[in-house]
Amino acid sequence: MNICETIYIETPLTRKTLKRLHSGDQVQIFGGIYTARDAAHARMWQAIKQGKELPFDPKGQVIFYVGPTPPPPGHVIGSAGPTTASRMDAFTPMLIERGLRGMIGKGRRSDEVRKAAMQYGCVYFGAVEGTAALLSGCIQTAEVVAYKDLGPEAVLRLTVQSFPAVVVNDLYGGDIYAEGRNKYQRPWPD
Amino acid sequence: MREIHFDNIVSALRQLCIDANVEIRPDTVEAFHRALVQEDSDVGREVLKQLIRNAEVAKEQRIPFCQDTGYAVVFVELGQQVHIVGGSFADALNEGVRRGYQEGFLRKSLVRNPIERINTGDNTPAVINTEVVPGENLKISLLIKGAGCDNVSALRMFTPTEGLEAAKDFIVATADRAGPNASPPFVIGIGIGGPFARAALLAQKALLWPVGKPNADKALAAVEEELVERINRLGIGPAGFGGRITALGVHIEVHATHIASFPVAVNVDCHSHRGKEVVL
Repeated sequence: MNICETIYIETPLTRKTLKRLHSGDQVQIFGGIYTARDAAHARMWQAIKQGKELPFDPKGQVIFYVGPTPPPPGHVIGSAGPTTASRMDAFTPMLIERGLRGMIGKGRRSDEVRKAAMQYGCVYFGAVEGTAALLSGCIQTAEVVAYKDLGPEAVLRLTVQSFPAVVVNDLYGGDIYAEGRNKYQRPWPD
Repeated sequence: MREIHFDNIVSALRQLCIDANVEIRPDTVEAFHRALVQEDSDVGREVLKQLIRNAEVAKEQRIPFCQDTGYAVVFVELGQQVHIVGGSFADALNEGVRRGYQEGFLRKSLVRNPIERINTGDNTPAVINTEVVPGENLKISLLIKGAGCDNVSALRMFTPTEGLEAAKDFIVATADRAGPNASPPFVIGIGIGGPFARAALLAQKALLWPVGKPNADKALAAVEEELVERINRLGIGPAGFGGRITALGVHIEVHATHIASFPVAVNVDCHSHRGKEVVL
């Protein structure tokens, strides 16, 4: 990959946009995205099982797995880096089937998630957990849309600008975690 | 006998919680710079630069450098000549955490009970480990433990004849399994010895060491160096995108153990490595 070439993408995401992306590409995301992590996913799963409406229509949308810190005075949000995505794996295919087009988190996804993402058209982006203060600066607005009682786990709608991420899993089966590791792995002992 | 007041402990811990979360440790930043020199991968270098920039922004704006402001784990060395007045010691530590997390705009990340999962609302209770030592000082070391990396930590009871070589394989395999999920490059605490529970405690305590500082015991320092090399050869790299640097440091604490046991605990910490101490 060439880190000098950044791809700028706007939400809601279209299949056409996703087709341009390949594992290892550096992107910047612009537009509205939703936050949801463990407890919110469990509730959305309950809602689907009970035939109730989801707090937002996932069609074309991006979910950012994050539980931000509270906003200090003068900030719209506190620090906001990605949490480990695999904890959401069990709930993810049902959202992808309902039109989810993007996910932002850190760490490997299950085979089921990657399969559903390729089948229905959804890309998994990796952000860097230890850049939570920098990422906070890319968030222009934040409003609670559901599950306020969950505190840091509430569902928020964020407006982001120049939000940096790397394509981890693309529509073609690419996986930067596997590709990067294979490139730099060295045997022990020599 | 020296008296230390409840209120002094509260304000010291409040400040430790805030500072540990907004000011990344100088030894961690130095470790990022050392890693930047050694890293070949372009994306790996870019991640390390972002980590350095993130530390600067967090400090300038007084906001946490990681949104998981974690579990407050307190290690206390209480001088036996110290008399704490004005209230209970545990209450003082918890009140300090409560105020630090509230007034520092830190995330409240604890649930009261793992099954019911209701947020305690103030990030208490702290985990408190107290050791009584000679003297009249009170040393409080605070470790902030995030969960992404704690979740991939592991403990195994080896047999004495399986020994060190099996332990090293287990430690490397644990780092490999942690992979991109636990935010590499890691700092890894290892506890070897004791009964079961002591090994885990030692592994956690080992995370308080300055990052990358070799063990005072030469034989253990050699093991730490080998483990760093082997973990780096996994190729996981910064943020897991591939690269030369997967571990910033491995630190080992040992303890006496039973003739039948060889316990090994591995406590993984992510690159948002947080610990700070104060002496009252």
